[in-house]
Amino acid sequence: MSQLSSTTDTTPPVIVDEIRQKLAASIRTTLGDAVLDVFIKPGDDIWVRVRTESWRDAVQKLRDALGFEYFCFLSAIDWMPSPYGRGEDDPTEPPPERDTTIRSGYAGGETRMQVFVRLVNFASRIGVTVKVDVADEMPSIASIADVFGGANWHERETHEMFGIDFVGHPDLRNIYLPIDFEGHPLRKDFPLLARMVKPWPGIVDVEPLPGGDVGEDEASA
Amino acid sequence: MTLTSDRLGDRQKLSYIAGQAADARLNLELETEGMTLNIGPQHPATHGTLRIVARLDGEQVVWAEPSCGYMHRGYEKLTEVRTYPQVTTLVNRIDWLGSFANEVPFILAAEKLMGVEAPSRAQWIRTILFELSRIANVSLFLGDLGVQLGAITPVFLAFRDREYVLNLIESATGGRFHPNFDRIGGLKDDLPAGFIDETKAVMKKLRNFCDEIERLLFGNEIFQSRTRGIGIIPRGIALQYGLSGPNLRASGVDWDLRRDQDIAMAWNKVNFKVWTHPDGDSFARCWIRLQETREATLIVDQLLDGLPSGPVMAKVPKIIKVPEGEAWVSTENPLGEMGYYVVSRGDLGPFRVKIRSASFNNISITPWLLRGVYVPDIITILASLYFILGDIDR
Repeated sequence: MSQLSSTTDTTPPVIVDEIRQKLAASIRTTLGDAVLDVFIKPGDDIWVRVRTESWRDAVQKLRDALGFEYFCFLSAIDWMPSPYGRGEDDPTEPPPERDTTIRSGYAGGETRMQVFVRLVNFASRIGVTVKVDVADEMPSIASIADVFGGANWHERETHEMFGIDFVGHPDLRNIYLPIDFEGHPLRKDFPLLARMVKPWPGIVDVEPLPGGDVGEDEASA
Repeated sequence: MTLTSDRLGDRQKLSYIAGQAADARLNLELETEGMTLNIGPQHPATHGTLRIVARLDGEQVVWAEPSCGYMHRGYEKLTEVRTYPQVTTLVNRIDWLGSFANEVPFILAAEKLMGVEAPSRAQWIRTILFELSRIANVSLFLGDLGVQLGAITPVFLAFRDREYVLNLIESATGGRFHPNFDRIGGLKDDLPAGFIDETKAVMKKLRNFCDEIERLLFGNEIFQSRTRGIGIIPRGIALQYGLSGPNLRASGVDWDLRRDQDIAMAWNKVNFKVWTHPDGDSFARCWIRLQETREATLIVDQLLDGLPSGPVMAKVPKIIKVPEGEAWVSTENPLGEMGYYVVSRGDLGPFRVKIRSASFNNISITPWLLRGVYVPDIITILASLYFILGDIDR
């Protein structure tokens, strides 16, 4: 946070994040072969991917042995690009070709969907994002609601939004959606219905802003 | 500080717990029949529409479960069809009483992915507006608290004084509730002329307001006996449920993201105290919020004194494309930790945004917390947890 305004022309120095590297090493030794991959962004964050079958154990060990006692959130990601794009297609044209290859994010992944949880260690003030793959067919994973009580509602939300089954969860009722709701809205292949019933008005090129180059001034200011 | 002295609190706590135990025994002996009580969806204790289903045995709650979803707007899905600048419009409406504070972590996450840092003046103004929205948000809580306990006066004071803060936010951003003022790389505009003097005058008024509320409400015997020793959350439970903000600090956890993380904002340039309370009861949670409002006015004063000059916008391209990557940024919002996990695919809009809102975690503790309390205490406990429905349902 320098007093100077940000400049992009200086090449950033190579930062070695010793604290997080040390942490990564201790995570590897504590969790053993449950760890599939560790990704560190120096000075920013750390990602860990664990084996599906040792998910609950890994989370418990992180809490008990490594002091990650604060549960921040749990959610999932669907890595398949949406077949509907951004819902901005012209309905009169044939649908465009889209790249639907699944690419995973930091710390890799082998499946379409991943569950991830964020835990924080207050003593060292470091958070960690732990990811885990869930099988494509009948996605299910062990529940961690008995490790972190707060995961209970987060798993319920993830269950209804992604259709991931949390084995051992006490009560997987819907939180938001009606009981008879069909589909899992945050999956990428679930269409955003508002964009289906009424075409995106931005299909027509918007006219230029009044005043023309106001944006230019803003950018150079 | 006399209010934190623990003698009275402990005694009341013990007598409350003893009373609960005696009642439970009595209910067991008399074999009372249970009933189900439905509170809400519309209730003054809920900022929005939340229904609470409570199973009662006599006057005690056996089991209670909030039922959310009345205000679910699907923001996480909507972000996937919006561009980055458009998302701020959505996230403004998550915690509608402190809107500006919702924009900041999202913008910071996008900036982190882009490798852009806002100029220092923009960072300072962001922090000022952030703290102003905290004051606007929490001052309403302090007034509303009285209403839920049957005291009408505080809410008038709160609405009167919050108006000054909203006017300030409006003068700077043009929006009273939804500023939509934050941009990737800085701010839309600089502060208007005369903002600094006016803000300082308003901060003085708000400090008076805090003193007033402290005398009127926190010193009140009824208020104390209805909140002391009630709804106790121990430290370990608070941590594993992911409570944050004042609710966490009221359980004795000294954790404030304004101080405890390195973030491109101006909090590390000013001195402020992070208030904690050892009790973890309803009173502690309310008391922490009162102290934090006062502390926030002092933060704003310091920021106004040290406001650096310079531009408020960094160089960013006109069409914003965010490089591929993942970023997590969270800030200490009025309600607690609010964060965004942004996944980008180098596109105009985000690939996935996980919104971690404070109230969702804070309210998820209620099934645990409400077990065994008396019916009137449900209201004070919910009030002291302080949630906003937009922040639960997103």
